Amino acid sequence: MIKHMPDTESLAARTATLGLALALTACASTGGHPKDPFESVNRATFSFNETADKYVMRPVAQVYDYVPLPIKVGVGNFFGNIGDVWIGVNNVLQGKFIDGLSDGGRVLVNSTVGIFGLFDVASDMGLEKHDEDLGQTLGSWGVGEGPYIVLPFLGPSTVRDSVGLIGDLQVDPVWQFKEVAVRNSLTGLRFVHRRAALLGADTTADQAALDKYGYMRSFYLQYRLNQVYDGQPPRVKDPDDE
Amino acid sequence: MKKIASLFAALALSVGVQFNAFAADATAPDALVKSVTDDVITIVRQDKAIQSGDTRKAVELVETRVLPYFDFAHMTRLAVGRDWKTASPEQKTILTQEFKTLLVRTYSNALTQYRNQQIDFKPLKAKPEDTDVVVRTEVRQPGAKAVQIDYNLEKLPEGWKVYDVLVAGVSLVTNYRDDFGKEVRAGGIDGLIKSLKDKNKQLDTTASAKR
Repeated sequence: MIKHMPDTESLAARTATLGLALALTACASTGGHPKDPFESVNRATFSFNETADKYVMRPVAQVYDYVPLPIKVGVGNFFGNIGDVWIGVNNVLQGKFIDGLSDGGRVLVNSTVGIFGLFDVASDMGLEKHDEDLGQTLGSWGVGEGPYIVLPFLGPSTVRDSVGLIGDLQVDPVWQFKEVAVRNSLTGLRFVHRRAALLGADTTADQAALDKYGYMRSFYLQYRLNQVYDGQPPRVKDPDDE
Repeated sequence: MKKIASLFAALALSVGVQFNAFAADATAPDALVKSVTDDVITIVRQDKAIQSGDTRKAVELVETRVLPYFDFAHMTRLAVGRDWKTASPEQKTILTQEFKTLLVRTYSNALTQYRNQQIDFKPLKAKPEDTDVVVRTEVRQPGAKAVQIDYNLEKLPEGWKVYDVLVAGVSLVTNYRDDFGKEVRAGGIDGLIKSLKDKNKQLDTTASAKR
């Protein structure tokens, strides 16, 4: 599938990642959070993202949110169905063959009976929706997360998850569309849909945190650990709880 | 028939008399979480004010129906982490009070976002002699993946108490640890207390500005 992607583009992505990694290493600081050696750069990116979200992404998502619920559900199901192929592959890569088979079944059922994935018939049949990506697969193979990174526009990540994300994008069906207009429209719609799903919950972090940056970092790291362990991370007795 | 009726009456009476003891002691942790959740959802479903975003009413509901089953001293100890030992008893009391206020303010708002999501309770995996258990639940809504919510409970002399809530694997309590640690390093325990008080005051003003 990679051959559909112009070589220059993936090369550019790789160069950008390398450049980013080097730039980050150059300004690594000491004394901060052990998983966040690039805190000063990350904080700058974080506040850029916050501003972009406040003035662009959130307002767009708020307009999108006026779309009637059944249509929004259809949009979510459509992108969910597209994503299920890669989720299934990742389940197989993690050795969870039954789950992978179930994901394949979901795609078959939802693409046909569910009319191009607009209806999630498979869930009603008991084929549960999973949540996997390459970053989680790498994690399940024992690859450490590496330093925490805040990506422009995309937000919290780690070195491992960023590498995973590049892999995810290489095989992403939406990115395979040759027609740029279609590809960009679908990418935009998916982005807005995801952002709109967070409306309501997004203000919680503002209210809860003393320092939103640190709060989101801790949130992301716990969230991904939970995902890598499919919702059952090892329960360790807290050394500070006595 | 009459016998059965009187039996029921006696049962009802004894349940009534022992209600407090029963609620605190004998209820299994999963049953406790379920009954509190059902209780709150029933109220939110009928309360138009909460549905339309009345934070004050949501806070009231949480304070009367949910808080009695939470152990805030334990929660605060977990959130502060290592520095907790260095706090004086007075500081611990104030920290607990302020942290409780912050959590209640923040998460009561979540109730105003409730829109008929369905909550599934997973079977409890625990031995009868366990004193520390996880009750797992899932919030389902159309068109989205279910959100996992886990409650950590500890058995105390007065009954089971929640000391941590994990949403999608993220502890609402230990998520504060980095944040709090930074405050303590910068200004000691008193610095953390001041930051918490300022934060609560700020939430107070925004809430009343909205009203």
